[in-house]
Amino acid sequence: MAPEAAGKPGYRGAARGGLWGWINQRLPVDVFWRSQLSEYYAPKNFNVWYFFGSLALLMLVMQLVTGIFLTMFYKAGASTSFESVEFIMREVPYGWLIRYLHSTGASAFFLVVYLHMYRALLYGSYKAPRELLWLFGMIIYLSLMAEAFLGYVLPWGNMSFWAATVIVNLFGTIPGIGPGLVEWIRGDYGIADATLNRFFSLHVVAVPLVLLLLVALHLVALHEVGSNNPDGVEIKDKKDARGRPLDGIPFHPYYTVKDIFAVCVFLTLFAIVVFFVPTFGDLFMEKANFEPANPLSTPDPISPSWYFTPYYAILRAVPDQRIGALLMLIAVVSFFFLPWLDRSPVKSMRYRGWISKSFLAAFTISFLVLMYLGMQPAQEPYVTMARIFAVPYFAYFWLMPFYSRIDPVKPVPERVTFHG
Amino acid sequence: MTEAGAIVDHQQPEIDESRRKFLTVATGATATVGVVIAAVPFVASWAPSERAKALGAPVEVDLSKLQVGQMITPSWRLKPIYIVRRDPSMVDKLPQHDDQLKDAKSKDSIQPDYARNEMRARRADVLVLIGICTHLGCLPKQFFDAGDPVLGADWPGGFRCPCHGSRFDLAGRVFKGSPASTNLVVPPYTFSGQNTLVIGSDDAAKQGAT
Amino acid sequence: MAKIASFVLILLGAPLALAASEPAATQPAAAGAEQPAPVRWETWHAGNAVTDTASLQRGARNFMNYCIGCHSLKYMRYQRMADDLQIPTSVLDANLVAPGSSNLDYIETSMPDADMVNWFGKSAPDLSLIARSRSADYLYRFMKTFYSAPSRGTRSENLAYPSTAMPAVLSDLEGVKAAVYREVKGSSAGAATTESVFDHFETISPGNLTPEQFDGFVRDTVNFLDYVGDPAQVERRSIGLWVVLFLLLLSALALMLKKEYWKDVH
Repeated sequence: MAPEAAGKPGYRGAARGGLWGWINQRLPVDVFWRSQLSEYYAPKNFNVWYFFGSLALLMLVMQLVTGIFLTMFYKAGASTSFESVEFIMREVPYGWLIRYLHSTGASAFFLVVYLHMYRALLYGSYKAPRELLWLFGMIIYLSLMAEAFLGYVLPWGNMSFWAATVIVNLFGTIPGIGPGLVEWIRGDYGIADATLNRFFSLHVVAVPLVLLLLVALHLVALHEVGSNNPDGVEIKDKKDARGRPLDGIPFHPYYTVKDIFAVCVFLTLFAIVVFFVPTFGDLFMEKANFEPANPLSTPDPISPSWYFTPYYAILRAVPDQRIGALLMLIAVVSFFFLPWLDRSPVKSMRYRGWISKSFLAAFTISFLVLMYLGMQPAQEPYVTMARIFAVPYFAYFWLMPFYSRIDPVKPVPERVTFHG
Repeated sequence: MTEAGAIVDHQQPEIDESRRKFLTVATGATATVGVVIAAVPFVASWAPSERAKALGAPVEVDLSKLQVGQMITPSWRLKPIYIVRRDPSMVDKLPQHDDQLKDAKSKDSIQPDYARNEMRARRADVLVLIGICTHLGCLPKQFFDAGDPVLGADWPGGFRCPCHGSRFDLAGRVFKGSPASTNLVVPPYTFSGQNTLVIGSDDAAKQGAT
Repeated sequence: MAKIASFVLILLGAPLALAASEPAATQPAAAGAEQPAPVRWETWHAGNAVTDTASLQRGARNFMNYCIGCHSLKYMRYQRMADDLQIPTSVLDANLVAPGSSNLDYIETSMPDADMVNWFGKSAPDLSLIARSRSADYLYRFMKTFYSAPSRGTRSENLAYPSTAMPAVLSDLEGVKAAVYREVKGSSAGAATTESVFDHFETISPGNLTPEQFDGFVRDTVNFLDYVGDPAQVERRSIGLWVVLFLLLLSALALMLKKEYWKDVH
C-alpha cells in the first residue's frame, strides 16, 4: 500500500488508479473512512456501558426498515387502521414478524437509550467539552418520546385512543392558549380521524427526518471532541510522537469488531422476545389495545407504555392538574441542565465521593420505582409512594450544584485503567 | 506495555494473521447468511396477501343466457375475461386463414394445454380469453361479423385493438401485420356444469362434456 | 333463517330452563364452625396448549355449534382455520362453513346487530381478539362461572363478568348451577362488618355432559379462541428457536473474532 503523503490524508485513495481513484477524486470516501473509523482514536478502556450508542443506531435502522414495510400495508384512518393492523398480522406473508419487530423495537430502543444516557451520568460524559453532544442527545430523547407516542396511536386500539386523549389534553394545561391549542392539535372536537392521519404523517415522515438529522449532528459533535471513558480521563491530553493518543485505539477494527459482538448478543436477546414473548406480559403490547378504539369506554386501569411511566407517576402524584403537568415537564427537562448543574472537578463516578454516589444511587432507585408506580392504578399507596420517590429524583438534579462541590473526590489518574 | 502505549503495531510477530483471516471470513460468511435469511420475510411480504389470493379465487360464470355471437366480460384477478359463444361455422372457418397468422399453432403463445388446439378452447362453442392485447395491454374490441366494412371483405371475424391496431381471430390468434406478437392469453378454466364456467381453475374432475 | 330461528330457540330456552328450576339465587350458607375454604375461581387457569391440534379442532366445532349464532370471528377466514387446524376441506364445507359463505370468507355471524341490541341490549362482540384483550384464563373463568339468577332478564349471572348481557348458552351441556355465598366477618375503619362472599357452586340440574366433559369442552373452546387471537403463534415459536440458535452461533464466532483482534491491545 502506498504510504500516505504528509498533510494529505486523502492522497492514498485519490491517487489510486481505477474506479476507486475516480470515486475518491470526486467524493471523499477514503478520507471519511480513515478520519471517522480506521484512524479515529477512541479510548481503549470502554466497558459494557459503551455498547449502547451503537445499539441505539442499530435500533434506529431496525425501526426505519420495519416501519417502511409496515407503511406499505397499514391504512391510516379511524375506520381502517385497526383492521389493517390485523390484516398485517394475519394476511400479509410474515406481516406478524414485521409488526412484532417494530413493536419490540420501540421498547428495545428506549431500553438501550436509557442505558446509553445512564452511562453519561456514571462517567460525566455530559461535562465540558461535551455539553452540546449531551444537548443533541437530549433533543433526540424528546423526539424519540414524541415518535413513540405518535406511533402508539396508529393501531387505533382502545389504549391508543385514550393515550392520545390524555396526552393531548396535557397541552390544555398551558395557561391561556391551552384549550385552543388542544383543538388545533386534534383537528377536531375530540381525538378523531383527523388526529390519526396527521399523527401518521408526523410519525412516518417528519419525526424520522428530524431524528436522522439529530443523530448525524450527535455523531459529528462526538467526533469533534472525542469520546469520554469510564475513568473520565481525556485521552487527547497524552499523545505519542505521531500525534496519536497513548490511551486510544483505532475505532476500526477494534471497536467495530467489539460492537459486532455486542450486536449479536443483543439481537439474540431481542429475538427471544420477538419470537417467544412479544407482548412481554402486558409491557410491550397492552391488552386493552387489542380492542378497537372506543370513545365511550376508558380502559381501566390506564397507563402509558413503560418508558413513560416514571414521568406519568410524577404527573399523577400532584393533585393539581397544571402543577402536575409542569412538574412532569421539569422532570424531563432537568436532564438538559446537567452540564451546568454539575460542579464536580471530577467526571467519573469512579473518582467521586460517597455523596455523589449516594445521590446517583437514590436517583436510580427512584427512577425505577417511579417507573413501577406509573404502571399501577391511581390509588393508595401508589400515589403517596410516588410523592415520596419524586424527592430523590428531583434532588439529584437540583441539589447537584451544592453536593457536587462538597463531595470528597479522589485523585484522578493520569492514564486510563485498562486490564488487557 | 511499551512507552508507545497501546497503539497497534502490525509488525508484532505474535499476530496470527491466518487465524484472524479465518475468523473474519467465518464470522462474515455466517453474518451474510443471516442477513439473507433476515431479508426473506421482508421480500416475502410483497407476495400477494391472503386477501388478494381470496379475491383472486376462481370465479363462476353462468352461460345459460349467452347467445351465439355474444360476448360477456366478467372480471377475474383484476383482468377482463372475454367469453364468446361460437357456433360451428365460426369454428370451422378458423383453419382457413392460418397462413395469415403469426402463431397459428399457438407455439409461442400462453394457454393451458387443453387450449393448445385450433379452436384454443376446451369446447368449440365457448371461447375464453383474457381480454388484454398482448402488445401493450389495451382491451381489444369485438368485431365478430365477417366482412366488416372497416376491416375488409375477407375479415373472418374476431377482435381489433383500438390502441395500435392489432387484430385477432375468433380463437384469439394474432394476425400478421399486428404490433402484437402472440395470441391473446387463455386463462385456466373448466366447466362445473353444462352452462357453468369456472375461470381460474383447471380441476379436471369438474370438466364438462367437450 | 332456520339457523337464526334455532339459535333463538336455544337462547330463549336456556333462561326458560333456568326459570323453571328451583329458584336458588344467592343463599347465605349456614354459619357453621368448620367450613372448607371458598372456591377461588379467580385463580382458575385455562391450561390450554395451542399445539394440541385435536383440541383446537374440537374447539372450532364447539364454536361453530354454540357461539357463531351471535359472535363473529371477522378477522379469521374459514380456509385459514382449516389449513392451520388440519381440517380436510370436505369436513370444513360440510360442518363448519355457514350456509351461504365460501371457504375463503371471513367467519361472520348471521345474527343481525339490530336484533341483538333489541333482545340483549347490546350486540355480541367479535371474538377474533378476545383471547388477547382479556386472556385465555379470563375466558375460561367466564365460561365456567355462569349461575342461576332469576331476577335478571337472562335468568343468569356471571362471576367473571358481572351483569353480562350474555345468557348461559351452555346450560344444556353444563346444567344449571347456583352460586352459594357465605357471610364473612371483617372490619373496616374500626367497625365490624359482614359481607357476602362467594363460596361455591351447587348444581340445580345436571346437563348433558359430566363436569369433566364440560371442563374439556370449555378448555377446547378457549384453546381455539387463543389460536384465533394469534394464529401465527405456533409458527412464530418454531421459527424463533432456529433464529435464536443461529444468533448464538454467530455470537460465539463474533466473540472469537473480537478476542483475536483485542490481543493487540495492551
